[in-house]
Amino acid sequence: MDLSAINPTLLLASLMVAATPLLLAAIGELVVERAGVLNLGVEGMMITGAICGFAIAVNTGSPILGLVAAALGGAVLSLLFAALTQYALANQVASGLALTLFGLGLSALIGQGYQGIKPPSFPKADIPLLSDIPFLGGVLFRHDFVVYLAIALTAVVWWVLKYSRIGLVLRAVGENHDAAHALGYKVVRIRVAAICFGGACAGLGGAYISLIRVPQWTEGMTAGIGWIALALVVFASWKPWRAMLGAYLFGGITVLQLNLQAAGVAIPVEYLAMSPYLITIIVLVIMSADKSRAPAALGRSFHASQ
Amino acid sequence: MSEILLQIEGLTKAYPGVVANADVSLTIRKGEVHALLGENGAGKSTLVKMIYGLVKPDSGQMVLRGAPYAPAQPRAARAAGVAMVFQHFSLFDALDVAENIALGMETPPPMRSLAQQIRQVSETYGLPLDPYRTVGELSAGERQRVEIIRCLLQSPQLLIMDEPTSVLTPQEVEILFETLRKLTAEGVAILYISHKLEEIRALCDAATILRQGRNVGTCVPAQTQARDMAEMMVGSTLHTPARGPRTMGDVLLALNNLSRPSASAFGTALKNITLSVQAGEVLGIGGVAGNGQDELLAVLSGELLTPADAVQFMGQPIGQATPQARRRLGLLCAPEERLGHAAAPDMSLVENALLTGVQRKGLASRGFLKWGAARRFAEDIIARFDVRTPGPDVAARALSGGNLQKFVIGREVMQAPKVLVVNQPTWGVDAAAAAAIRQALLDLAAGGAAVLVISQDLDELMEISDRFAALNEGRLSPAKPTTGLSVDEIGLMMGGAHGMEVAHV
Repeated sequence: MDLSAINPTLLLASLMVAATPLLLAAIGELVVERAGVLNLGVEGMMITGAICGFAIAVNTGSPILGLVAAALGGAVLSLLFAALTQYALANQVASGLALTLFGLGLSALIGQGYQGIKPPSFPKADIPLLSDIPFLGGVLFRHDFVVYLAIALTAVVWWVLKYSRIGLVLRAVGENHDAAHALGYKVVRIRVAAICFGGACAGLGGAYISLIRVPQWTEGMTAGIGWIALALVVFASWKPWRAMLGAYLFGGITVLQLNLQAAGVAIPVEYLAMSPYLITIIVLVIMSADKSRAPAALGRSFHASQ
Repeated sequence: MSEILLQIEGLTKAYPGVVANADVSLTIRKGEVHALLGENGAGKSTLVKMIYGLVKPDSGQMVLRGAPYAPAQPRAARAAGVAMVFQHFSLFDALDVAENIALGMETPPPMRSLAQQIRQVSETYGLPLDPYRTVGELSAGERQRVEIIRCLLQSPQLLIMDEPTSVLTPQEVEILFETLRKLTAEGVAILYISHKLEEIRALCDAATILRQGRNVGTCVPAQTQARDMAEMMVGSTLHTPARGPRTMGDVLLALNNLSRPSASAFGTALKNITLSVQAGEVLGIGGVAGNGQDELLAVLSGELLTPADAVQFMGQPIGQATPQARRRLGLLCAPEERLGHAAAPDMSLVENALLTGVQRKGLASRGFLKWGAARRFAEDIIARFDVRTPGPDVAARALSGGNLQKFVIGREVMQAPKVLVVNQPTWGVDAAAAAAIRQALLDLAAGGAAVLVISQDLDELMEISDRFAALNEGRLSPAKPTTGLSVDEIGLMMGGAHGMEVAHV
């Protein structure tokens, strides 16, 4: 066992990279759930985003275009869910599960012929001056811009939900859609917009894995991150900053346990592999012991005639 | 006569299979309180929804202050000066008072100045309210203040109120009326929907009566007998429940100093409740909703367990007995919520009859159900309680509220209970059906059963109960004989005015 092989700067830096796809997907789903919709299709939208982004980036040579395409791909797939649940009033749980299965299959189909290809590399946003700070510079300021985008997105979502009119209306719709309708708000329209936003975020998160973190395409490469994001939203009590904390905790322990495995720590690999899930859930369960509760209309279908 | 504010002519709205409003006309003048009367399903809600822009009329027209008025959505109605206080409050539990009010406004000011305005208006009209409290923690009366203040902040010219007093104590009603009179003095017109005819006689200047979607007449409430108005609503003569001679027997059910926290987060804990009901007696329990009614019923039905001695049935401690065991003994309950608590919405009437009647009616043997007997039991209930349904095989959900209520009460009454506990037996039920249910409860007591009626309808309790007690924040007042009990006394038993004060404009 050689713990000195673990470089703390690299460890912390890769923590931020590991957490970013999870954070993006979780923030998107958080907005969807605050609007009262339970979309279990996060995994499917992520993997669809991953292959859409990958394919466009390879074909155009532009990773930025790839990211845009990933967000679009996720959003378009989520529209299918929106049509099923908001207009056809299908059951949200079943539709979400179907969306995941569909997304996995669709991505495998699109991904034929993209296996083993290397995508164009993504520029790092070496922030001048800040990145030269010893230790902190390496940890915080030498990442690609998506890492910062995810953090900024968390801040924006938090601010919008807490202080803006549109955030208030979104929360109201998630809390009591009948009352919101009675006050004249367009419940279905607001929910479809939220679902789209969630799809775009999930797609972006997926493309982060295929374009930046790994970077290559393999079937099923999101490996359950979408499900973790769903659990994270619940255990974060539907609060953006807590979701970010959870994502970083999860990312951190994932990276740490990989390092520990490499260093040959005398703990069975299985325990190390399960540790990120266990520790993240334990911490967030303890934190969610306060009074906060789920949006009251979560998962309930809305129809104007009732 | 003052100036006409809103004129409605020939408004018609049909839904598939039912005409909700047919050719309805009415005129509302400035500064007038105009009552809209009618049974359940008479089309009152549809009419006000059209005025508020929630529903689009099929034909007919509305004229507001001389100009054609056809709001496409509530936003347009609010912009035109029409505001509405809903019957089932359109509030958001998890948001605070100021956020709730901001949601009902077109262009809300920043939160801080909105909070300031809320404080100002609430003081002017005697409706104290803290803008930063979470609505889920407020009492029903306070929640109504939120709705009213939300409307007042938009300086409306027409205020629509749908059953505003059903959740208030008599003192709170008096203060609400005071507030409304202040408003009418300022020229605001109020369209007031209520079932409570005495209130309408005290408050309203004019009344329009709807029956089956049609306008069947107008009257000046102050000069019309409540009974005449009720008969206009029903369209036939009304049958008043008759109280036969009754002999009081032994105490059948007693609660001894019972305390029990609520099972739900927004519920009310029961505190030191002591009561007893004798054979042949009807005990009425009043109180504003949310003061422990649901919990009291749950403690009696066995849904919430308590120390064994706290609940006694014919001298036996049953606090730890399950609902099934209590049914076997003869203690039956009919909870308030019809769909989902008293009846399983998607199961047929036969299945629903079987669910509570299986033991006392012997509808099962050795684990096998006797469907024939269950069907006969359901048919008996339908016949004796005049439940209007195509047959016993339709789902409970398909029945109207009043018909399902008759079925639910009838199901318990026909199992010959020794003690029957009912919560809100006539809630949302029209006058004729309500009279039938009350009569059944009185007959049951005359037959030697003890009946405990929990209700928010004080007139109902005064009509059928021998003694009256009130729940207030989980405490039960001592029971007093109903004969000679004054409204003031009742109000004080219910906890007075909950910190309200009379408006000082």
